[in-house]
Amino acid sequence: MQEDKFLKKLCDIYKPEKDNLIQMLNEVQEHYGYIPQEAQKVLSEFLSIPMAEIYGVVTFYSRFTLKPKGKYSISVCLGTACFVKGSQKIMDRLTERLCIQPGETTKDGKFSIDQTRCVGACGLAPVFTVNGEVYGKATVKKLDEVLDKLMEE
Amino acid sequence: MINLTIDNQKIKVPEGTTILEAAKQAGIDIPTLCFLKEINEVGDCRMCIVEVEGRRGFATSCIQTVEEGMVVHTHTQNVLEARHVILDLIISNHAKDCLTCTRSGNCELQMLATKFNVLNVEFPGEMTKHKVDDLSPSIVRDFNKCILCRRCVAACKNVQHIGAIDVINRGFESCISTVGDCSLNNVNCTFCGQCIEACPTGALHEKESINDVWAKLKDPDTYVVVQTAPAVRVALGEEFQMPIGTNVAGKMVTALKRLGFDKVFDTNTGADFTIMEEANEFVKRFKKNDNLPMMTSCCPAWVKYIESYEPDLLPHLSSCKSPHQMFGALIKSYYANKMGINPEKIYTVSVMPCIAKKFERQRPEMQNDGLWDVDNVITTRELSRMIKQANIEFTKLEDSEFDAPMGEATGAGAIFGTTGGVMEAALRTAQDTLTGKSLDKIEFEQVRGGKGIKKATIEIAGKPIKVVAASGLSNARKILDEIKSGKADYQFVEIMACPGGCIMGGGQPIKSSKIRSEVDVRKLRADSIYSIDEKSTIRKSHENPVLKKIYEEYLEEPGSYRAEKLLHTNYRKREKYNLDR
Amino acid sequence: MKSLKELHKIREEKRKELDLRVNTKADTREKHILVCHGTGCTSSKSPEILKRFREILEEKGIDNVRVIQTGCFGLCAKGPIVIIRPEDTFYAMVTPEDCEEIIDTHIVKGGKVERLLCRDIDGKMVDRLDDLNFYKKQKRIALKNCGVINPENIDEYIAFDGYLALEKVLSDMTPEEVIETIKNSGLRGRGGAGFPTGKKWELTRASEGKQKYVVCNADEGDPGAFMDRSILEGDPHSVLEAMAIAAYAIGADKGYIYVRAEYPIAVQRLQIAIDQARDYGILGKNIFGKNFNFDIEIRLGAGAFVCGEETALLESIEGRRGQPRVKPPYPAVAGLWGKPTLINNVETYANIAQIILKGADWYSSIGTANSKGTKVFALGGNVNNIGLVEVPMGTTLREIVYDIGGGIPNGRDFKAAQTGGPSGGCIPKEHLDTPIDYESLKAIGSMMGSGGLIVMDDTKCMVCLAKFYLEFTVSESCGKCTPCRIGTKRMLEILERLCNGEGEEFDIYRLEKLAANIQKASLCGLGQSAPNPVVSTLKYFREEFRQHAIQKECKTLECKAMAKITIDPEKCKGCGLCQKHCPVNAIDGAGRDKRIINQEKCIKCGTCIASCPFHAIGN
Repeated sequence: MQEDKFLKKLCDIYKPEKDNLIQMLNEVQEHYGYIPQEAQKVLSEFLSIPMAEIYGVVTFYSRFTLKPKGKYSISVCLGTACFVKGSQKIMDRLTERLCIQPGETTKDGKFSIDQTRCVGACGLAPVFTVNGEVYGKATVKKLDEVLDKLMEE
Repeated sequence: MINLTIDNQKIKVPEGTTILEAAKQAGIDIPTLCFLKEINEVGDCRMCIVEVEGRRGFATSCIQTVEEGMVVHTHTQNVLEARHVILDLIISNHAKDCLTCTRSGNCELQMLATKFNVLNVEFPGEMTKHKVDDLSPSIVRDFNKCILCRRCVAACKNVQHIGAIDVINRGFESCISTVGDCSLNNVNCTFCGQCIEACPTGALHEKESINDVWAKLKDPDTYVVVQTAPAVRVALGEEFQMPIGTNVAGKMVTALKRLGFDKVFDTNTGADFTIMEEANEFVKRFKKNDNLPMMTSCCPAWVKYIESYEPDLLPHLSSCKSPHQMFGALIKSYYANKMGINPEKIYTVSVMPCIAKKFERQRPEMQNDGLWDVDNVITTRELSRMIKQANIEFTKLEDSEFDAPMGEATGAGAIFGTTGGVMEAALRTAQDTLTGKSLDKIEFEQVRGGKGIKKATIEIAGKPIKVVAASGLSNARKILDEIKSGKADYQFVEIMACPGGCIMGGGQPIKSSKIRSEVDVRKLRADSIYSIDEKSTIRKSHENPVLKKIYEEYLEEPGSYRAEKLLHTNYRKREKYNLDR
Repeated sequence: MKSLKELHKIREEKRKELDLRVNTKADTREKHILVCHGTGCTSSKSPEILKRFREILEEKGIDNVRVIQTGCFGLCAKGPIVIIRPEDTFYAMVTPEDCEEIIDTHIVKGGKVERLLCRDIDGKMVDRLDDLNFYKKQKRIALKNCGVINPENIDEYIAFDGYLALEKVLSDMTPEEVIETIKNSGLRGRGGAGFPTGKKWELTRASEGKQKYVVCNADEGDPGAFMDRSILEGDPHSVLEAMAIAAYAIGADKGYIYVRAEYPIAVQRLQIAIDQARDYGILGKNIFGKNFNFDIEIRLGAGAFVCGEETALLESIEGRRGQPRVKPPYPAVAGLWGKPTLINNVETYANIAQIILKGADWYSSIGTANSKGTKVFALGGNVNNIGLVEVPMGTTLREIVYDIGGGIPNGRDFKAAQTGGPSGGCIPKEHLDTPIDYESLKAIGSMMGSGGLIVMDDTKCMVCLAKFYLEFTVSESCGKCTPCRIGTKRMLEILERLCNGEGEEFDIYRLEKLAANIQKASLCGLGQSAPNPVVSTLKYFREEFRQHAIQKECKTLECKAMAKITIDPEKCKGCGLCQKHCPVNAIDGAGRDKRIINQEKCIKCGTCIASCPFHAIGN
């Protein structure tokens, strides 16, 4: 990744000012699906911020992750509206079936689970998303169907 | 001036005074934990909360300032209960193995627990678990004892501008760590140890090595030689409840002899060698305008800093080893030779105010003919523990003298322990060398004092020499930036990584936040050092008879082939971070 | 760049063209098909519907119909929503397959697609949006343009008096007059605490310093709240205009909008709005030819609830961990980079332009004695009409839940409503008739908060609910101060014990002591309010806590460790339906036998309870 074009371009777009750190990390997260250590190093040099501080920022904000997400990133909304409508059951089923906890990725790299705060689709509560696509009015049965389909691939 | 009432006492304090400070002036000692004057003033721990009439919620006394007519209560029922709960919560997530903690008896949390008579934990629960990091040669991090006051982070990031450690994660999982949670050994830490000095508990301490020293002392086949740095003697007494800055050189030597060291030498003499070599190097480089400014190299944290941050400026560093390394090399060569001792049987121990010296002594460059210059480095604190373990009543000891032939030192060597001291000592020798005379002007007030950066222009032999002495790595950074941008026109630069110099080093007795906010520890220790210099009969390194003799008998002259081999070193570019790929 | 004259012309022409959006009697042969593009409807494929409509219109060569994306209409439960103007016909739960029928029946033949018309809770078919009970008691000020205009078209905003308030302020008012108007309007911060907005502006104006900033807090983090998101998605220019007015009033030239990155649609529309405003010269230098410069930048949050706290938000904009600062000094004195900074939330800003245009008296005539204007709530949970509602302050909870919300589904009873999110509290049945405003909510142990309003029916366990909020607080605590970092964790541990049937009576005392001290001693507002959900549930549902602690009993099925489902042999008729539905074959018995639950196998899912036609099964 040493000669990474993306990071180079990123450093061209932004000014080397400390307050750009979170903006740049957001772009890194978007691009790679996680924050690689190399990117932290590049930003550390570019913005003159110690790596420990960058690591502190990365581990503070839940949107930033240090490991790549699975091919299918499944998020269950645990906002109040969804919770009241039983989203915990969806999450329980998901962790049971994939044998991983929220924030983790399956060994084959195919699935990862996250819990999110409100995605704003409260009218469809409870909801889960697969790679950003929203599945509303979710039930355990609906989740099973979706998982079965994805697992077959 | 602002008028206010604290616990029914009416007082008057200048505008901008914090409630904590104002209370102190009224003789009221509000408890604190995260507060460290001028370093960490953030209000995180909440111990210092007080009630202010008419204000909703508590005020944070360590940062909030007084207002006209303010009425403050520092121990209402409300405040007392909240403080109890806070303390209880901190302790509920803190290791409770005080008996096996290096800071027992000198722990700010323990003191508060005693004060509030915490007999059991009312709100026990899950504790955060951390792996102990003891991979570096200098620092051990045991974050099971961390209370997240963040004083270490402030010392590292705000004072030193290093930021090797920071707060990571969030909420209950928050902890102080490095990038990727790896060892300090693999990151930009310079091992200055200011974090240890800042830590109120036992979460950070030096990597102790006194057991190895004990073993060698008990081994009849090993000839154990100890040397003590200039700054140790003005701080060691503090570990025995003596006033801050007391010069205990005589008692220290007695104690070391009682511990069983075969010879007790003075690193001040080593410092005199450093001056001889460094002044000689400077004069040569000054005449040739070769890589000026020349920068001192006796501080190992500073050397590690420039190696990893500004490797392009390495040619500016003096090639001189630090005093104790030079001295160690001479002990195993000149002294061994002279005494007819097999150098392989000699074990050299340095007592240092510093933990970076532990790192320095094991740099591969620091050996000669396969033997380490220095075999072990212990801190002032470790020495005090050895003395206590040997059942020695330190304060009752008689004075004794360092051993000959390497025990006689000059005032110039003595002042190495404080910021500006190396510069002053070097100037004393350089001006005599450049003028060819023995000048009487030997005190350079411009480079004395507690300021972080001290600049001066000194005229020697009709030529102005611009010098600067900086202490604290953030100040070092400023000087480096000046040099890089071409704005600097110094010829000689002295850098010490610890603010105030070695007397405030990471291996010195730890002073509580309370003491640090009430007493100027640096000044007391520095005054003591300057008074040693003042009382010395010989105050210029090149006039030290021991040195004259050794140069005559062995080294020939400064910068000779043998001097180069034993007393000089080289540097290398370092990666700031060595992280797993 | 557009001159004032050009803007006036756009407003005049566009207003005529868009009359049909707000006037059912508009004199036009045009029709507008409005397709909701809020996050809820977008999730259920409204962009496909929009595309499909356009394709069909193109195929059929119909040229007097335009298809327009709008912001949220509010009734998210019925989404995707399509409205046809000027007649204001409301089609609910539309699919792309329905589009052709709508065009044929409605547009071509002039009829109605009855099967897609919305049914009210009473089963009555409603063909106009405004006839729905959901809308009748609402008053839309902050949401005025949501669902009316295309948020990605600045001209449509201008058509409905957009940027007129800014023009008025720059031409005819001194900054002092602006502040006076806002003060007189009685507007208070809609982000939670309810600090008087005008006062905040005045303090920031009075602070010394050449450089000042205006910040919009769009880090809407309460779980289950989406008011701000809907405004940003439906009417982004209203926020930009208000920020410019605020900047003029306090003497700032730079603004930041701090918005959650999890709101991609809002971020995108904001950026479009900012670009368009810059294009028109409404942001930038010498706005409207006056000596006033102002520009706005978007800063993305990255998923930390605490950044909704204003000082944490400032830390985050500066590129650091979002850890709050001790107040005072307040941001009005020392905010972004230590400079005086005005921070208001999205909904607060959304009221500004209208206050300027219609006057402080108009605004202060709405609401209660101390809480003026309207408040937007995100209504969710066990209520029929889930969605976004804007009501005058002083509306009762009962009106919101039953009249607007359509009551509780499945014939269940109302147990409690939660307002204020993790900083708020629960409101029990006995307070259903409390008029909602800042003071009254506080008096009953909750708070206005940003506007999440979650309704819970009688199947919900209040200890579990308290645990849910504490879980949230613990995972979102920034970790800076001791009481919040460790104290909330200890509270959660106690609640977990209670829910697992491992608690003891003393735990209730422990909870109360911790709560009281965390409230008093925490560094920031979030820490200070973190125990509120526990304190208020303890206040109203203490008996439930005691049952958990002492009898180890939970009357609902939520605390699985304690739940025991049994079949009442008196009521069981032996129909076997429960057996059929049980997913783990935990029900014994055959033929017409009375059924018995095998407790070893039972997973307490509650399926049998729902399936029993004789209500013989219970906890």
